[in-house]
Amino acid sequence: MPQEVGRNAMTPALSLENITKRFPGVLANDRVNLTVAEGEIHAICGENGAGKSTLMNVLYGMLPADEGRIVVRGDEVHFRSPRDALAAGIGMVHQHFMLADNLTVLENIILGAEPTGRGGRIDFANARRRVTELSDAYGLDVHLDEPVENLGVGERQRVEIIKVLYRGARILILDEPTSVLVPHEVEELFRNMRDMCARGETIVFIDHKLDEVLEIADTITVLRAGRTVATVKPDEVSPRDLAELMVGSELPTPEARTTTAQDTVSLEVEDLSVLDDDEREVVKGISLEVRRGEIVGMAGVEGNGQIEFVEALLGIREPSQGRVLLEGADISEWTVRQRREAGIGYIPEDRHRRGLLLPAPLWENAMCGHQGKEPYSRKGFWLTPKGARSKTRELIAAFDVRTPGPDVAAHALSGGNQQKLIIGREMIMTPNLLIAAHPTRGIDVGAQAAVWETLHQAREQGLAVLLVSADLDELIGLSDRLLVIFRGRISAALDPATVTPRELGAHMTGAAGDVEEMQHA
Amino acid sequence: MSTRSAHRLPAHRRLTLALAAPIAALILSLAVASIALVLSGSNPFPAYGRMFSYGFELETLVDMVNRATPLYLSAVAVAIGFRMNLFNIGVEGQYILASIIAAQVAAELSLPAPLHLTVIILVGMATGSLWALIAGVLKVTRGIHEVISTIMLNAISISLVVAMLFRQWDVPDESLNQETAEIPPSGRMPDLNWFVELFTREIGKGRVLWGFVIVAIIIGILYWIYVARTRPGYDLRASGINPLAAEASGVSPRRTIIVAMALSGAVGGLVGLPEVLGRDYAYGLQFTQNLGFAGIAVALLGQNHPGGIAIGALVFGFLDSAAPILDVHGDAPQEIVEIMKGIIIFAAVITYVVVQRRRQDEEARAASLAMAGDEPEAAPGTPSDATESDTRPAT
Repeated sequence: MPQEVGRNAMTPALSLENITKRFPGVLANDRVNLTVAEGEIHAICGENGAGKSTLMNVLYGMLPADEGRIVVRGDEVHFRSPRDALAAGIGMVHQHFMLADNLTVLENIILGAEPTGRGGRIDFANARRRVTELSDAYGLDVHLDEPVENLGVGERQRVEIIKVLYRGARILILDEPTSVLVPHEVEELFRNMRDMCARGETIVFIDHKLDEVLEIADTITVLRAGRTVATVKPDEVSPRDLAELMVGSELPTPEARTTTAQDTVSLEVEDLSVLDDDEREVVKGISLEVRRGEIVGMAGVEGNGQIEFVEALLGIREPSQGRVLLEGADISEWTVRQRREAGIGYIPEDRHRRGLLLPAPLWENAMCGHQGKEPYSRKGFWLTPKGARSKTRELIAAFDVRTPGPDVAAHALSGGNQQKLIIGREMIMTPNLLIAAHPTRGIDVGAQAAVWETLHQAREQGLAVLLVSADLDELIGLSDRLLVIFRGRISAALDPATVTPRELGAHMTGAAGDVEEMQHA
Repeated sequence: MSTRSAHRLPAHRRLTLALAAPIAALILSLAVASIALVLSGSNPFPAYGRMFSYGFELETLVDMVNRATPLYLSAVAVAIGFRMNLFNIGVEGQYILASIIAAQVAAELSLPAPLHLTVIILVGMATGSLWALIAGVLKVTRGIHEVISTIMLNAISISLVVAMLFRQWDVPDESLNQETAEIPPSGRMPDLNWFVELFTREIGKGRVLWGFVIVAIIIGILYWIYVARTRPGYDLRASGINPLAAEASGVSPRRTIIVAMALSGAVGGLVGLPEVLGRDYAYGLQFTQNLGFAGIAVALLGQNHPGGIAIGALVFGFLDSAAPILDVHGDAPQEIVEIMKGIIIFAAVITYVVVQRRRQDEEARAASLAMAGDEPEAAPGTPSDATESDTRPAT
């Protein structure tokens, strides 16, 4: 035992070296490095889409890495499946629990790894003894004979953790474990995590909540856009530093900007409130206006009411109060179709969910949202496939969509090209107002630059753009004005010409007070 | 740019892929049916031979088309629902109810022939449509799944039919036959024997080719035009593929559900009319049931495509009309045909998935070829786009 400790002191429990993982059109992990010391809690944080989950799936054997090495306690390993990872002592607790509801806690824990007695029968006595030992040793409080369906979320999570420990894992990966928990459950989880580490377990912990990460982690690795940005100790950084690392601190090229904003107000929103599906007020009395030739950036971390706000503007979601005006006309009561035909273009935050008909050919995707207009149809009724195909060809050429032709199904395209198609189909119909939600999320750098250029040019030609984003570069680089949305309200109005990414990041994460203090100091 | 069209899958390749599934399904079903025949002590080859030679006799072919006509209508009704991910199991109830009401109305009206027929057909469509709309309205207003509501509506409609027939039966002076009153000649669909006989010999054995096949063909063409060539049809398909994207494009999900159910029910209302207007001239005991369920299978086999459904309906019609010969000669039990139908559907569903994957893979490959052909930056992993974060050491 002492020997082992001596060896562990030098050899990290786990190290990932230059892990690269590509998906069509997306570089999910780009030479990521991660070193986890024995017995520590190592947090991996980053925005959605930063590559955290991909990295963990690679580590857990669910996805093969395209390049790079995984070294566990000094030995290079090659995992083909989670089974291999478990055999090497790595276990993962998924964000969404994988438990059989109608089985008891004990049955769930041993499921698939049952100790068998004579004649292949399950040796429940043995199983119960081993599981009880584990739960006592780590202070993980569970009721072994309770059916899982009766358990609360916190206890289900403990069952998942014991499940992994029971299979002999010494390195635990917890994928956003706090996202499903209420505060006191988070405290208990953190207590359990510390106990486990005290007993020699190593924990890799994925999270993007800054306060939690700083509270629990011994070491923090930050990922952004698929790359390792930094590895830091929690006592060396402030929440502001961490936010800045997460959302990106590269200064966008601060080109000398001349305003092209005209006097005509394109979109005017008055005191708009919106409820979500659970009838909670997630947008609270937002008022704003976007003029022609102006890009207004709505900056915010996801889940602060942006999606519901956009859906209310489009007419998909009915607001609980307030008015929406387009070019001076009150469109509050209009249907989605009326609004779209009045010239509202829409780039959805999730192209697969709200944007594309994946199995349908590109020309049918290009007309989606404009199906009542020429050249896609005649008199708003008869489809004109010929016209639609030639318009799509025009779109493909103008927006550089890499595809064999307009008859290819949308799912055959890479993410960046799908996004270019969506942006092209809106822009080619020359909208009055463009609502662009996260227009460059999850696409590669080349496609991103093309999208930015497109929006920039459209602005000069008088297009009004509401840009909803969490990408600091994008927000600062493109917007004429910046509004920060935080917990359903506009919490700040900032000037992109003078604001620093650090300040903007602080506003978005609600840590703005600290920034001001710092500036006074 | 000029090389792009070369990457598209060639036409013959797409056709091969489209035909691969049904052909594989047919071969598989013949194989399984052969095994079943051998196990039950019959020799499959003479049985198939007899089915084939009997099946292609003129009279049997007339039977085949007569059987395929209601199947086709039923499958189109189901397919309209399928196109927007609505599972209209209620075609069964819709056509039974529509048939008895149409038959009743037809018997009581007295109009010139073309008008009489038109009215009967419209009554059938309206009845089916309204009956299906109940399920549509329940779904839109109360969120009740259409599978549940249409199954229940099936049970209700069968009870209603029984109640109506008994009322009929109750009338004194009427025969004990549980039937609606006879439809006068002006409300009967003329047969098409004269047309067939223009090309071949006289149709014997008292066989009659029902004129309703014309209506089925018209419905098939209208269905194709609606789905492939009109904006509402596009909205319907878009909602079926991705309801959220369709909604964002301006399609109202509720409205589309209502429209789809109404259209599906309207076509469903026609399913029973070929035999009511072409054979029985009344709604009675010999009325064929279960066509609504058979339509689900045919729609599946035809992949909701008007042409595919026609082929599926004809294949099923052929099996049904050719099977009785097996019993006559004692080669095999004619129920072997039911096994074949089951296997065809089963195999078709599986092979469609396999073929679709294959096609997707080939398309994706073609698309990435198009990218690689003229995109220098696409070569993954080239460090050309290195930014400052690459050079920062990850300690």
